[in-house]
Amino acid sequence: MEYLNLFIKSIFIDNMIFALFLGMCSYLAVSKTVSTSVGLGCAVTFVLFITLPINYLLDKYVLQPNALIEGVDLSYLSFIIFIANIAAIVQIVEMVVEKFFPALYGSLGIFLPLIAVNCAILGGSLFMQQKEFENVGYAITYALGDGIGWLFAIACIAAIREKLSYSNIPAPLKGLGITFIVTGLMAIAFMSFSGIQLG
Amino acid sequence: MANEKKPGVFTGPLWTNNPVVVQVLGICSALAVTTQMKPALVMGISLTCVLAFANVIISVLRNTIPNRIRIIVQLVVVAALVIIVNQILKAYVYDVSKALSVYVGLIITNCILMGRLEAFALGNKPFPALLDGLGNGLGYAMILFITATIRELFGSGTLFGYDVIARFVNEAGYDGYQNCGFFTMPAAALIILGCIIWYQRAKNPDLQDK
Repeated sequence: MEYLNLFIKSIFIDNMIFALFLGMCSYLAVSKTVSTSVGLGCAVTFVLFITLPINYLLDKYVLQPNALIEGVDLSYLSFIIFIANIAAIVQIVEMVVEKFFPALYGSLGIFLPLIAVNCAILGGSLFMQQKEFENVGYAITYALGDGIGWLFAIACIAAIREKLSYSNIPAPLKGLGITFIVTGLMAIAFMSFSGIQLG
Repeated sequence: MANEKKPGVFTGPLWTNNPVVVQVLGICSALAVTTQMKPALVMGISLTCVLAFANVIISVLRNTIPNRIRIIVQLVVVAALVIIVNQILKAYVYDVSKALSVYVGLIITNCILMGRLEAFALGNKPFPALLDGLGNGLGYAMILFITATIRELFGSGTLFGYDVIARFVNEAGYDGYQNCGFFTMPAAALIILGCIIWYQRAKNPDLQDK
């Protein structure tokens, strides 16, 4: 039940885009068509799913005060360890996918290197560290929820943008401006989820 | 990225080639830290420092970094600088550092850094790279500051925590202004930034999408 709560909460209430503004850059740049944005969303979910549990274990058994050596607090190193881990994992995932799943690589391939510097991934790790989960199961649930929430948001905006291209928008608002305003309106809609009582 | 010639290196990013509203870089933190002006100002200064130093360091190293591992090298340089900034913030302005929470750490993956390092620092001498870093950092800080001013004034009725509306508007007899909580919500940040982009593109027609 706890897991389900966390899952629903990270998709709808703490949505990465609408509440926390994580991964906005690729959200704006790659949301012109539905198919590419779903591809990117899947890649982000996949990388979150792999990196978050690893970062959780690193945080718990290496970085926390007194975790590795008694009396040593390495938590100030967490940024550099997390980003190095993410960059390494993304590189490995890219090579594995290229070798064993060429079809998947064809559709995700171009996005994978970009994901290393997507704030949604590092942001997920840092928020996870802040939430201080009890065990690795919560970290995996949180990763899946965040990823699916992000996928959901980028797929919605891509669908809206496909329709928007047929609308008559004032010239200065075209492209970026209207995308921001539409995202703002979607965020208002998502605010209504914050009243949900869970558990 | 047309006006990256030397004369415009510093002044260009402030308005006509602004990193946030024109190059569309670094949106995440620009939206998240702007509910209050103080965190926004601190964030702007932090990012400017990190960007200027990172630009200079990468520019000095640009001929020695192998092309294949340059992203990792950039990330490590930036992450080291961000750790320093984070420790300084925790030591001197602890309350602001709490308010910024993870967004200081997210300077590492702020697209302004990777974007400027890739587009400018890897191909230019250290001094222009320093100017580019300062210009882009200040352009980012400016957008943060404008958004934060609007959101704090209308959302909480204060400026830098000083109660402006209660003191001047309501006491002068025009009472009845209620703080509009909407401006402190995430959605307001997106809409305000959309309006800034609208204004900026209306003033610079050559930036508009066809």
